Amino acid sequence: MTPLAPKCPLQLNDQGRLRHFLSLDGLPREMLTEILDTADSFLEVGARAVKKVPLMRGMTVCNVFFENSTRTRTTFELAAKRLSADVITLNVSTSSTSKGETLTDTLRTLEAMAADMFVVRHADSGAAHFIAEHVSPNVAIINGGDGRHSHPTQGMLDMLTIRRHKGDFTKLKVAIVGDILHSRVARSNMLALKTLGCPDIRVIAPKTLLPVGLEQYGVNVYTDITEGLKDVDVIIMLRLQRERMQGGLLPSEGEFYRLYGLSEQRLALAHPEAIIMHPGPINRGVEIDSLVADCPRSMILNQVTYGIAIRMAVLSMTMSGQNEQRQLDAEKQESI
Amino acid sequence: MRIQINGARIIDPASGMDQQADIFIRDGKIVAIGDMPREFVAEQMIDANGLIAAPGLVDISTSLREPGYGRKGTIATETRAGAAGGVTSVCCTPQTKPILDTPAVVELILDKARDEGSCKVYPLGAFSQGLAGEQLAELVTLRDAGCIAFTNGLVPFASNRILGRALEYAATFDLTVIFQPQDASLAEGGLAHEGPTATFRGLTGIPESAETVALSRDLLLVEQSGVRAHFSQITTARGARLIAKAQARGLPVTADVAMYQLILTDEALMDFSSFYHVLPPLRSLEDREGLREAVRTGVISAIASHHQPHEADAKLAPFAATEPGISSIELLLPLAMSLVEEGVLDLPTALARLTTGPAAAMQINAGRLAIGAAADIVLFDPNAQTLAGENWLSKGSNCPFIGHHLPGLVRYTLLNGRITHKNL
Repeated sequence: MTPLAPKCPLQLNDQGRLRHFLSLDGLPREMLTEILDTADSFLEVGARAVKKVPLMRGMTVCNVFFENSTRTRTTFELAAKRLSADVITLNVSTSSTSKGETLTDTLRTLEAMAADMFVVRHADSGAAHFIAEHVSPNVAIINGGDGRHSHPTQGMLDMLTIRRHKGDFTKLKVAIVGDILHSRVARSNMLALKTLGCPDIRVIAPKTLLPVGLEQYGVNVYTDITEGLKDVDVIIMLRLQRERMQGGLLPSEGEFYRLYGLSEQRLALAHPEAIIMHPGPINRGVEIDSLVADCPRSMILNQVTYGIAIRMAVLSMTMSGQNEQRQLDAEKQESI
Repeated sequence: MRIQINGARIIDPASGMDQQADIFIRDGKIVAIGDMPREFVAEQMIDANGLIAAPGLVDISTSLREPGYGRKGTIATETRAGAAGGVTSVCCTPQTKPILDTPAVVELILDKARDEGSCKVYPLGAFSQGLAGEQLAELVTLRDAGCIAFTNGLVPFASNRILGRALEYAATFDLTVIFQPQDASLAEGGLAHEGPTATFRGLTGIPESAETVALSRDLLLVEQSGVRAHFSQITTARGARLIAKAQARGLPVTADVAMYQLILTDEALMDFSSFYHVLPPLRSLEDREGLREAVRTGVISAIASHHQPHEADAKLAPFAATEPGISSIELLLPLAMSLVEEGVLDLPTALARLTTGPAAAMQINAGRLAIGAAADIVLFDPNAQTLAGENWLSKGSNCPFIGHHLPGLVRYTLLNGRITHKNL
């Protein structure tokens, strides 16, 4: 059977620049570093009295959330506003789809309103890819989380947190603890850490919360948290959903906390200057002790602040990648 | 009508014949192979030099979608597509609307097939009423109406007790039962083979054990009930080994595999393409090798298209929201030739798994070139190529092979001596 021509990477333009932001898969280290550098510069904007830059003036960003979210939606909104874009936010889960409208019809409707960018969150893995493939190529798609697959802006804001507080990735030991199986955050973090050269990525969970084939991420798998946390520089705790108690994945929240919860004693196993992260919202007393969540080494609130800067970086870079592609297409058209 | 097919290389797996000879057809039947019968005057000559003549292919799992799902396919369109793939006999699945669990639906299908069909159509009846797995369908009535075997598809029986009794009842009347072994709870919510690709793409996995657990149970119940059983759409290497072991201890069970399962693996899901969304799912490379080996040795004696055409909308959504299935009956012969070209199967074996194997499993009188047999014949050029998707006939374009050049080109398909497909 003759193979078809390989598809060009969906999220990159002809110059290899971002035109969508769907997943960290396939993005080179230089690009991740550029996102982090850009975000660093936007952090200064956030610290000013006037927090706006005119990079996206006249552009319309449409937040389309098919799944509930508070912090991701709000930080995307803020990021777009600080870039001077017009922002609309739609909670589609409560409007069109309940009337039986298909996803493509919903998006075409929004496209007709001349949005330049969609930030999409959806419960199905691959939804952002699907949308990027099926809306007009001039609309940039930013993945705000798709199923278990990917949450690339969360991944990048976690990397920014680590870089700002721990520095060089190539000297770090990072542990990700909890529900790896259902976590798009874990998947994005594993990819980002690997790309950025982190030599010791650990995932810690009982076997019921570990998906098969984790070796492809280049991580070390631990089922014993005592062993896994030893000397780590960064601890990323994941949220444990209540529904995991059904279906036999775990017996109870109590036993999970006893075996995998981040207590002060367990924190003592890590490097004395280790930082603690969590994508939020946290379950106090389920995956993390309140004392640990609120201690000075906890980065949980910093992550939220950095999230705005990362999202500003991603929105502006994607926008310029789209503009560049439009120019390239116009030039191509002219030469024909 | 008297037809003479000249100069073809005849491969008939049933008799082991592989030689160049002429075929003579009268009144829809083969009257001679080799020397022309006395007083035979051909009304039509088919020059088949350079072509291979084989029995028309027998496809034992084809969703024709009629009645009820006309947007996806009809008996006319899908059997016509089958003819293009060299198929002359199809066994149609009971997942119609209404479900194929009453004689009225059987009659409707058979009438339509007679009037509009391009293949012989053998209905597979629902094993339980409404395929709900709770109450037996009227199996003997359905058999008398024309059902050749019974299946509940992927829907489980409400309990092992009901399933066991259903098998005993079927055994009483020497009916054939088709299993699609997949444990419903192990497969629940699953979209893809539980493996590295599913993990990477965040798709809910269906473990190998979903197949092997159901298959082990089914084999034990088959042994106990003595029912004649066929296992359809095996996807795992370990599943194939379980079948082999059962056959080795004398259990007369047969099995088939989907053609696409011998070609694709779960890595195809890497781009989230809904064209690769099938149930049971595409499995790993090791599974594919195990299936290929089982087909070579005959443990799996049939390859089926498991043709499932869909309208475009059914595949136009995020992966999880799309309907599973691949439309590929019209590529059955070229896809088989791609396995031959790759060295997976030799040509006679590939043809056996598409003719005698499935015909024997379903006990239908088809899949052989013999004097007195129906002139159901495919004539194909092994050295020409098929551009998949050119002149697409199925209503469902949900086929990942579209756009590929495949080896082998069906030149003629004859059904009862009537040309149902021609491509010159």
